[in-house]
Amino acid sequence: MESVQAEQRRTDIGPPKYDQFLHPVIKKNYGKWKYHEIVKPGVLVHVSDTGDKIYTVRMGSPRLINVDTIRMVCDLADKYCEGYLRFTSRHNVEFLLADQSKIDPLINEIEANGYPVGGTGKSITNIVHTQGWVHCHTPATDASGIVKAVMDELYDYFKTMKLPAKLRIALACCLNMCGAVHCSDIAILGVHRRPPKILPNLNKICEIPTTVAACPTGAIAPAVVDGVQTVEVNEEKCMFCGNCYTMCPAMPLANSLNDGVSIWVGGKVSNARHAPMFSKLAIPYLPNNPPRWPEVVNAVKNIVEVYAKDAKKYERVGEWIERIGWPRFFSMTGIEFTKYHIDDYRFAATTFNTSTHFTL
Amino acid sequence: MANETKKTSTPLLDELEKGKWPSFVKEIKKMADKNPRAKDLLGQLEQSYKDKVTHWKHGGLVGVRGYGGGVIGRYSDSPDKFPNVAHFHTIRINQPSGWFYTSKALREICDVWEQHGSGLTNMHGSTGDLVLLGTSTDNLEPIFTKLTNKGWDLGGSGSVLRTPSCCAGPARCEFACYDTLNLTYDLTQAYQDVLHRPQFPYKWKFKMSGCPNDCVASVARADMSIIGIWKDDIQVDQEAVRAYAKSGVDVQSEICDLCPTKCMSWDGKDLKIVNKWCNKCMHCINAMPKALRPGKERGAAILIGAKAPILQGAQMSSVLVPFMKMEPPYKELKDLVEKIWDFWGEYGKNRERIGELIQRVGMGQFLEALEIEPKPQMVANPRTNPFIFYEEYFEEEGEQK
Ligand code: HEM
Ligand code: HEM
Ligand code: SF4
Ligand code: SF4
Ligand code: SF4
Ligand code: SF4
Repeated sequence: MESVQAEQRRTDIGPPKYDQFLHPVIKKNYGKWKYHEIVKPGVLVHVSDTGDKIYTVRMGSPRLINVDTIRMVCDLADKYCEGYLRFTSRHNVEFLLADQSKIDPLINEIEANGYPVGGTGKSITNIVHTQGWVHCHTPATDASGIVKAVMDELYDYFKTMKLPAKLRIALACCLNMCGAVHCSDIAILGVHRRPPKILPNLNKICEIPTTVAACPTGAIAPAVVDGVQTVEVNEEKCMFCGNCYTMCPAMPLANSLNDGVSIWVGGKVSNARHAPMFSKLAIPYLPNNPPRWPEVVNAVKNIVEVYAKDAKKYERVGEWIERIGWPRFFSMTGIEFTKYHIDDYRFAATTFNTSTHFTL
Repeated sequence: MANETKKTSTPLLDELEKGKWPSFVKEIKKMADKNPRAKDLLGQLEQSYKDKVTHWKHGGLVGVRGYGGGVIGRYSDSPDKFPNVAHFHTIRINQPSGWFYTSKALREICDVWEQHGSGLTNMHGSTGDLVLLGTSTDNLEPIFTKLTNKGWDLGGSGSVLRTPSCCAGPARCEFACYDTLNLTYDLTQAYQDVLHRPQFPYKWKFKMSGCPNDCVASVARADMSIIGIWKDDIQVDQEAVRAYAKSGVDVQSEICDLCPTKCMSWDGKDLKIVNKWCNKCMHCINAMPKALRPGKERGAAILIGAKAPILQGAQMSSVLVPFMKMEPPYKELKDLVEKIWDFWGEYGKNRERIGELIQRVGMGQFLEALEIEPKPQMVANPRTNPFIFYEEYFEEEGEQK
């Protein structure tokens, strides 16, 4: 390994200041933007009070990208954007152009490299997602693989703007929900279904009091089995959060027979029209079926298509369901309503219908 | 490091090279041809696709000298089969505000990472960091030294201030009601110590959105969500409204009827807004950005307490300060933040997010501790249960206790 002693070790310098990374047109018009328009799918123009314009070309990315792909993106930024670019909160790449005539040549090069341009306005943009089997220890499913399979199927919605409103999909591979899946139009959430196993060597690698304390539902109790200190799990109380496994590796939750995916709908974070909403359960369980998870892909596609056909202009999924009611949502999508859809955790009663406002 | 050239057979992952959306498998494979870590990641991932379980183990503590976070320790459960990912730690790099970069800066990071790691990244992690995906413990210090010399620092992980993040803000959005990029940079710099060294009961996240569209989803996932709003009247360009109407926008049905507070009216010539009723939802402004703009008296609402379901159920942030001016040096905000951190440090249990602590002690008690006046903006509705813990009552004169 090459020595780095020559270089001085510095700490707590924080990130570089943002202003050195701003395109000159952006720097000049910082805070002076007047309005924007979507020129066509994937292309925005922002117009300043000074009359200056900056164009944005949005490119879809798989999020997990290698250094050569980053360099390819850098080459394009050098060629078309004076070297300036940014990323969005949903893993897209945005090229910032001062010169309108360079837009189409840039798009042609992006697409020739195998990446799509789109994700603006009433589209389905990139899926916010987490690590899954690529890098985490508690996933109930993979993240990148499902995202790839779903986006392959919804590709046209990325490239067009034909939906009633924007539709945001997110995926988290376990209940820890790294990423804001609980407020998405459609959320794909990995679920474990079998309570953790208890390995015989537990007392050697885990501290029993912290393991007991890790469980949010109090399902774990200290126990003695064959004269050895260990723990026991009250399986009726377990809701598969995986918190015990995070604290104690001798309580693995991953299980190839039982792990799978649940689907949630109708959340949003923006305040436009309706206040932010949580996503609600649509499908409690679909099997893990790698490499392409056809059950999950079909379920998501079905919800998107029913929504696209029936919702009014500007209605997000949650607003649409609120108008038509949950009985209609289940009958129109053909999704089965089960006892799992009825909340039985804390504050469950606040989700019950106390009116005669429903359709039959 | 073993540098085998034999290709890994990946019949399952190969299926994910098909289709139109760009493929993460192709990304890994391209690196696998020249990087042994990427090659073994590919092999282990194929194994997970076969077995339908992860093959990563819970990470032990690992990091760079003097820091308590920024590196996620990760170990393979099959190091014999995949020796090059026996350790496969992730490094979180604190992204610049708004994720703006130059190609030069990105290339410098790529060069360091190609030499010392898998060559694979997440652009970006969902907290906002630039994520370098997978290296071994002995590479952490060299990477850290090289990157800090290029001006980069680590982000947060564990019970620390997590890397703050923000929307594009005034750099490229006309709706920004305060400078999200500057506030993010300022807070990140001001609180470097708590970002790098665990001193909190649990994680703390700041997210800055310039307007109620909340493009960084702060309300769903930040302990403190700072969302730009305005106080005065929406700025209207009537000429531009008429132009929208002419170009086919049905101002009555698409704008006025969808206004949640029903405070707009349109007579075919002028759009009238009763601004005192407007709840600043952004719908009309989103729909007609050429004609409408937020008011001129701008600042932010401070909301507190969002978290994902673990442990006590999901929560969104709720209003703590309905309106605060957001101008450097942000003293009022920092005073508030530090007061909250003190309270949390004193009363928070281990692994208790601020939102959970507020639930436990009661919002009323929390407000009193912070000396914040209760305001109706803080609730969706006043309580409906009669279990009020009155703190005062009268006693009769000379009453026996
Ligand atoms: C007890 C609860 C949680 C645990 C045990 C947990 C654990 C983890 C672990 C182990 C990782 C690293 C994944 C990897 O790279 O190997 C991770 C990543 C992450 N976590 Fe969590 N997490 C928890 C809750 C949350 C919550 C509530 C949020 C957000 C509100 C969150 C946001 C993140 C983000 C953004 C990442 C980066 C993931 C990515 O970009 O793919 N986590 N978490
Ligand atoms: C027409 C009005 C809007 C404008 C001009 C606008 C502007 C922007 C900008 C500049 C970004 C990039 C910000 C960033 O990634 O940090 C963005 C991203 C985003 N906005 Fe908005 N926004 C608008 C309306 C909305 C609304 C109403 C919502 C939510 C309902 C929303 C949700 C999002 C999300 C989720 C992203 C991430 C998108 C992506 O990365 O592909 N936006 N928006
Ligand atoms: S959601 Fe769960 S499995 Fe996925 S990265 Fe986060 S902690 Fe890991
Ligand atoms: S998975 Fe969660 S609920 Fe179940 S035993 Fe473990 S900590 Fe408790
Ligand atoms: S949150 Fe508001 S100000 Fe920030 S980028 Fe989104 S629309 Fe613009
Ligand atoms: S911002 Fe929302 S509430 Fe205010 S006038 Fe516009 S549509 Fe109505």
